[in-house]
Amino acid sequence: MIERSAALNIVIASIQEVFAQTGTDAPGALTEDTVLVGKDAVLDSLGVVSLIVEVEQRVESDHNASVTLANDKAMSARNSPFRTVGVLTDHVVAMVAEVSAS
Amino acid sequence: MSERIVSEKPVMLVTGSRKGIGRYLCEYYLEKGYLVEGCSRGDSDLKNASYKHHEVDVADERAVRLMVADITKRHGRIDVVLNNAAIASMNHILLTPAKSADRMLSVNVTGTMLVCRDAAKVMIRRKYGRIVNFTTIVAPIALAGEAIYAASKSAVVTFTRILAFELGQWGITCNSFGATPIMTDMIKGVPQDKIDAVVNNLAIKRLGTNFDCANVCDFFINPGSDNITGQVIYLGGVT
Repeated sequence: MIERSAALNIVIASIQEVFAQTGTDAPGALTEDTVLVGKDAVLDSLGVVSLIVEVEQRVESDHNASVTLANDKAMSARNSPFRTVGVLTDHVVAMVAEVSAS
Repeated sequence: MSERIVSEKPVMLVTGSRKGIGRYLCEYYLEKGYLVEGCSRGDSDLKNASYKHHEVDVADERAVRLMVADITKRHGRIDVVLNNAAIASMNHILLTPAKSADRMLSVNVTGTMLVCRDAAKVMIRRKYGRIVNFTTIVAPIALAGEAIYAASKSAVVTFTRILAFELGQWGITCNSFGATPIMTDMIKGVPQDKIDAVVNNLAIKRLGTNFDCANVCDFFINPGSDNITGQVIYLGGVT
């Protein structure tokens, strides 16, 4: 299990890391409403790929849970679980709970 | 992120490592100082302090994920992947059951994809990686009786070419390697006259050897081969 606040911290730290890797500054205020996918997204498509990998690694490293965020359910969902910081955070919490239960 | 253990020695993952070419490559690279992680559906009798065997079916998504997580936890890095695991079934297409075709495609294509995907996620951290996916000469020579196996290996070549473009930005190279027939369990059921016919059509008219495979892998995984990606090398003059 992972606390939602911890998952949110991981998502935000991961976004900052993705920007750091590209040598650009992250947008000033990253909030739960920050858009990650689609119109007004702060990341391009490869940035989203990097972000998902970074979040998975931090979850595994800090919470000992090996999750695949881009699973079948996520990729076929009507609404992307990666669309905003808040939605991605909820997805992380759900995936860790799923792995912990199995 | 918490501090990770990162082994000083390079870490290699070899799939299909219980016997044949995979087993030889494990021993070959252990000699060269790698920490080698092997996997196959069955247990291995390879005993070496620098070797760990995982009983994993590469077509099992969860099992592959947990294996890579275990390697990462113990070593913090994966430098090289040799995707050797494969199954073959020589059969005329008119006598090939769908289940047999599905299983070949599942292990040879999906299994290769799963191992590449999860290992690449680890390689990205260090912006370095070498992936070698094994194919076969029976695809380019269009060997009758190997339609599904050859098709699966053609898919591996195409997959690897595109993988090279998707992972190149992180310093990961992806190449394919196709051996000529080597006397392993995989071809023990193939009639001798069929093997002779294949060998007689090669530029170099001999069976392949395990060292032939290691020799090509040496080239692809050399740190200096950082601009060699998306390529396929066939033994014996096949193109």
